[in-house]
Amino acid sequence: MAGIRFDKIRKRFKDVTVIKELNLPIHDGEFFTFVGPSGCGKSTILNMIAGLEPVTEGKIYFDNTVVNDLTPQERDVAMVFQSYALYPHMSVYENIAFPLRMKKVQIKTIDEEVKRVAALLGLNDLLQRKPKELSGGQRQRVALGRAMIRKPKVFLMDEPLSNLDARLRIEMRAELKRLHQDLRITTVYVTHDQAEAMSLSSRIAVIYQGEVQQCGTPIEVYLKPANIFVGEFIGSPPMNFIKGTVLNIQPLKINLNGIIISPLLETSIGKTSVIIGIRPEDIPITDKKSDESIEVTVALIEPAGSFNWVDIEWNNVRIKGAAKVDADLRAGCKAFMKIPIKKIVIFDADSGKRF
Amino acid sequence: MKRGVFYFSIVLMVLYCSGPFLWQFITSLKPDYELTMIPPVISKNPTAIHYVSIFREHPFLRIILNSAIVASSTTILSLIIGSSCAFGLAKLRVKYKSFILGFILSVSMFPPIATVSPLYIIIRALGIRDTWLALVITYTTFSLPLSIWILTNFFKEIPDEIYLAARVDGCTPYQIFYKIMLPLSLPGIFTTAILVFIFSWNEFLFALTFTSTPASRTIPVAIALFPGLHEVPWGDIAAASVVVTIPLIFIVFAFQRRIVEGLTSGAIKG
Repeated sequence: MAGIRFDKIRKRFKDVTVIKELNLPIHDGEFFTFVGPSGCGKSTILNMIAGLEPVTEGKIYFDNTVVNDLTPQERDVAMVFQSYALYPHMSVYENIAFPLRMKKVQIKTIDEEVKRVAALLGLNDLLQRKPKELSGGQRQRVALGRAMIRKPKVFLMDEPLSNLDARLRIEMRAELKRLHQDLRITTVYVTHDQAEAMSLSSRIAVIYQGEVQQCGTPIEVYLKPANIFVGEFIGSPPMNFIKGTVLNIQPLKINLNGIIISPLLETSIGKTSVIIGIRPEDIPITDKKSDESIEVTVALIEPAGSFNWVDIEWNNVRIKGAAKVDADLRAGCKAFMKIPIKKIVIFDADSGKRF
Repeated sequence: MKRGVFYFSIVLMVLYCSGPFLWQFITSLKPDYELTMIPPVISKNPTAIHYVSIFREHPFLRIILNSAIVASSTTILSLIIGSSCAFGLAKLRVKYKSFILGFILSVSMFPPIATVSPLYIIIRALGIRDTWLALVITYTTFSLPLSIWILTNFFKEIPDEIYLAARVDGCTPYQIFYKIMLPLSLPGIFTTAILVFIFSWNEFLFALTFTSTPASRTIPVAIALFPGLHEVPWGDIAAASVVVTIPLIFIVFAFQRRIVEGLTSGAIKG
């Protein structure tokens, strides 16, 4: 097991800079996720950790050792790929045994280890099958088994669940979490699915355009997004953004599209134009007027089962909120919304950064 | 009705393709006096005399041995060199890949007739005239572009992720090559083998130039030299052609089954 540290890592492919500058520690035993839209450079980071892709500048440390010049084999990492990358001509048994065979481990030990890993992943009855005879979820488990058997220093997973259907994905997600809790091996995970990142990770780093936008625990990133991009990317449906004007600084007063709010903020705001971010799940929409509620028009209702997502409009601004299932709402009719003053996030309108 | 047309077309195609061979076979069974009859007849008293004659009056067994050794050595050599080269071009980081591939292809653009004289001089200088080696080297050179191109394409079809997975699992590039790449591209290997083998088995010009005695003479040359001063032994020629075609047919069918096996096993597509 090992911790990983990126020290001023840069990566360029010819003239294109993929990673601008990466300075980041990943702690020993942590489940760390790089999350970001496709093409943001997150897979490149993983390949650099694995040693499949050289770094252009900077150093990667495993604990206190620089691993820049080590081969994947010497780094002792295991990797799970999006397409599973099982060896099609080998049986499940041979696939799982392969990394140990490469290490020239005794045949008897290999056999014991394969059986142990297979039992852990529920693959006992499938050992003699070929990958093509397996379902997606089973293939994924074989790929995990092949990665686990070596007890590597670091697990690397490149979107391992994105080829599975929705139900299986949630099942395997729980399984991954269980495995990590049992084995406690440092795991670096890459995904574009923010829900996956949130539910699995000890910490996540949101990557966009080759830069870390924010790094922290999932709940930190969710509650206090560092900038507009993170607010929009983490959470589903995305955060609402409304333009606001600062009317008064002490005490703070903001004109939010016709509504005057006075949120509490530790830092002071020097600018007059801001953007207010509010999560849809924090905006209650009701059919009854109450104190501090604002009259709005319902534009669209999307039932989500235990509640409804409701798109509402006022003064030509459209945002999303949540309503109880029993609220009497209809598209085009009136409704009432409350601004959750404690849960709003204020961003600088120019830089997009949070105050 | 539709099926009828379909099968009729197939029979027609097969007859068209195998016609010359069938005619050769019929000719090989005719006694000498029937050979030049006009109109040609299908023999009423077939005979095996020509088959006996090619082995009795010519060192034909030795000739077949020459061809077999030259063709199989060429095939093996061409596959070994070709597949390693193709692996590098398909999966490793090599600069100027497309230039290299184009350059390799250009080797096969020279017509043999243009290179045969200089090659003869080289082979004489090396002192390997009239040996198997002379032919194996030449054939390997000329079959390599084909092998490399076919195999490069087969290796390229194997997903990069499998190659990367093998690297992470602790393989050296060479281990990846023979543990992962080769088994996964067996159909490509067999296709290449068949093509190279047939090329070497049938090649005439180089064989005629570089060989002078039955010590290394190959089949096409030997058959071409059957005609004597006064007569053309059509019967013997036909019999010899039939005999040397049989191994080819056998090899093609044997390999073809493997090719189909490889293609249907869904080796690569997950």
